Amino acid sequence: MDGAYASVMPANAYNWIAVWRRNFLAWRKVALASLLGNLADPITNLLGLGFGLGLIVGRVEGTSYIAFLAAGMVAISAMTSATFETLYAAFARMDAKRTWEAILFTQLTLGDIVLGELVWAASKSVLAGTAIGIVAAALGYASWSSILFAIPTIALTGLVFGSLAMVVISLSPTYDYFVFYHSLLLTPMVFLCGAVFPTSQLPESFRNFAGVLPLSHSVDLIRPMMLEHSVGDVLLHVSALFLYAVLPFFVSTLLFRRRLLR
Amino acid sequence: MNMSTVAIDLAGVKKSFGDKLIVNDLSFSVARGECFGLLGPNGAGKSTTVRMLLGMISPDAGSITILDEPVPSRARAARVRVGVVPQFDNLEPEFTVRENLLVFGRYFGMSTRKIAAVVPSLLEFARLEVKADVRVSELSGGMKRRLTLARALINDPHLLVMDEPTTGLDPHARHLIWERLRVLLARGKTILLTTHFMEEAERLCDRLCVLESGCKIAEGKPDALIDEHIGCNVIEIYGGDVHQLRELIRPYAKHIELSGETLFCYVPYPEQVRPHLSGRSDLRVLQRPPNLEDVFLRLTGREMEK
Ligand SMILES: Nc1ncnc2c1ncn2[C@@H]1O[C@H](COP(=O)(O)OP(=O)(O)OP(=O)(O)O)[C@@H](O)[C@H]1O
Ligand SMILES: [Mg+2]
Repeated sequence: MDGAYASVMPANAYNWIAVWRRNFLAWRKVALASLLGNLADPITNLLGLGFGLGLIVGRVEGTSYIAFLAAGMVAISAMTSATFETLYAAFARMDAKRTWEAILFTQLTLGDIVLGELVWAASKSVLAGTAIGIVAAALGYASWSSILFAIPTIALTGLVFGSLAMVVISLSPTYDYFVFYHSLLLTPMVFLCGAVFPTSQLPESFRNFAGVLPLSHSVDLIRPMMLEHSVGDVLLHVSALFLYAVLPFFVSTLLFRRRLLR
Repeated sequence: MNMSTVAIDLAGVKKSFGDKLIVNDLSFSVARGECFGLLGPNGAGKSTTVRMLLGMISPDAGSITILDEPVPSRARAARVRVGVVPQFDNLEPEFTVRENLLVFGRYFGMSTRKIAAVVPSLLEFARLEVKADVRVSELSGGMKRRLTLARALINDPHLLVMDEPTTGLDPHARHLIWERLRVLLARGKTILLTTHFMEEAERLCDRLCVLESGCKIAEGKPDALIDEHIGCNVIEIYGGDVHQLRELIRPYAKHIELSGETLFCYVPYPEQVRPHLSGRSDLRVLQRPPNLEDVFLRLTGREMEK
């Protein structure tokens, strides 16, 4: 990597914290509305689908459908929180609000900014994912301690989807392009990755394809944790998620360089 | 010049976007403690030059040094001692004045306590003490500009880079900014500002360079430029038959420029001309000393603001 590329990478291990704190300060001003807005949707889905479909579906993989779904909803809400935070809020800060431009006048690099935004997006995932977990635990569909164990995976899921969304915003001229990412990638993932029904329902070829998608790895980690089953292939899933977080981070930072610093 | 006394040095800098040459072989130096102006009409390449100085874009050719650091390779190190006032406002509208300073100070790695210690003096400097806890979206344009200036000073920079610091402000707000900038210059700071207000450049800048389509067309002290390129009084005439007026005044004028519908006559002895214009109620006549606007008109054949 030559000097020009090195100069956009994070300058050190802590510069990103200033960006995270900026976002936290902004969020604190609207925390209540933001929490309600972000949680209403997944909780409605969990209860509506869980109780409603649960009656028809009966038991799935040895548990009630709502307990099965709760784990999926935790992963989905981690995915959507980080995605939306990045697609809409971070895009606005990068583009119309010129927040990133102001930060680039200081000693922070583009990589510091992207990293701060990613950790922030993951923080919102932790908030949303944990909240769903708490609802599930309160209803008796998961143990309290399992929610605690799921937090690192929720955070990693947030980093993954924040990072993927960074690539999308680094390439999109306007908001209008986000819908493609959403309907062509995210929504199919919800159905292919075992979040709302077991992947054993899918044809073999779909199942193999779905297995490599990031949400599958999250679901395969979070569900056994919440149902207190033993978690298989931990290393595989964690490494896959790690790659899905790190590679798009570098790609998006370089794409932002092309977009913003020329 | 000895490097340690030089704040900014550009040598042979070029920049194109696509096949459009935006900055063409630009060289200038700014000494520490100096106020240097980059003057030019819209699209002259002022902001592009500023972005290159800050290391936000790389020049295609040439070299840039800011506070002894080569740019862009060590731009990050240089920016620690540079404050920036951008052309377009990028304050945080949902944050209060104080929060804007807090958040920005953190980008320089300052602790909350250290920021809290410098904020009162910055608020005082920007005359925003009573607005400390008001959201930025509620401030006037002049106040926002002063906050941007205060924000640029949070890291106690040696060099301030300001892209059109007073564009869009009313005269009162503009004078207040000028007065604040003179205070900074008195404290020994170096200022580079871009502007298309000739008056701003004349009042503030020790030296300036005039850009047109990315090329430097003049450089020097404002007075010296005016002397060198004009060096006589100006009579502006509006109305009447331009052609006929030109013939009438030609014998007395060093030269005459037409811009829009106004005739600019550069005359060493205006008293010789005035009798020819007296009693012409169809004309509006203004006699005044020459200024940088005339220099620009002389060099480019057009006015800067039109
Ligand atoms: N990223 C870019 N890509 C393509 N062209 C650009 C880019 N940035 C600037 N330009 C062009 O370069 C020219 C100079 O722009 P610049 O912003 O430097 O001018 P300026 O002197 O600051 O003008 P103004 O007074 O309007 O701010 C303009 O014609 C502009 O359209
Ligand atoms: Mg400009």
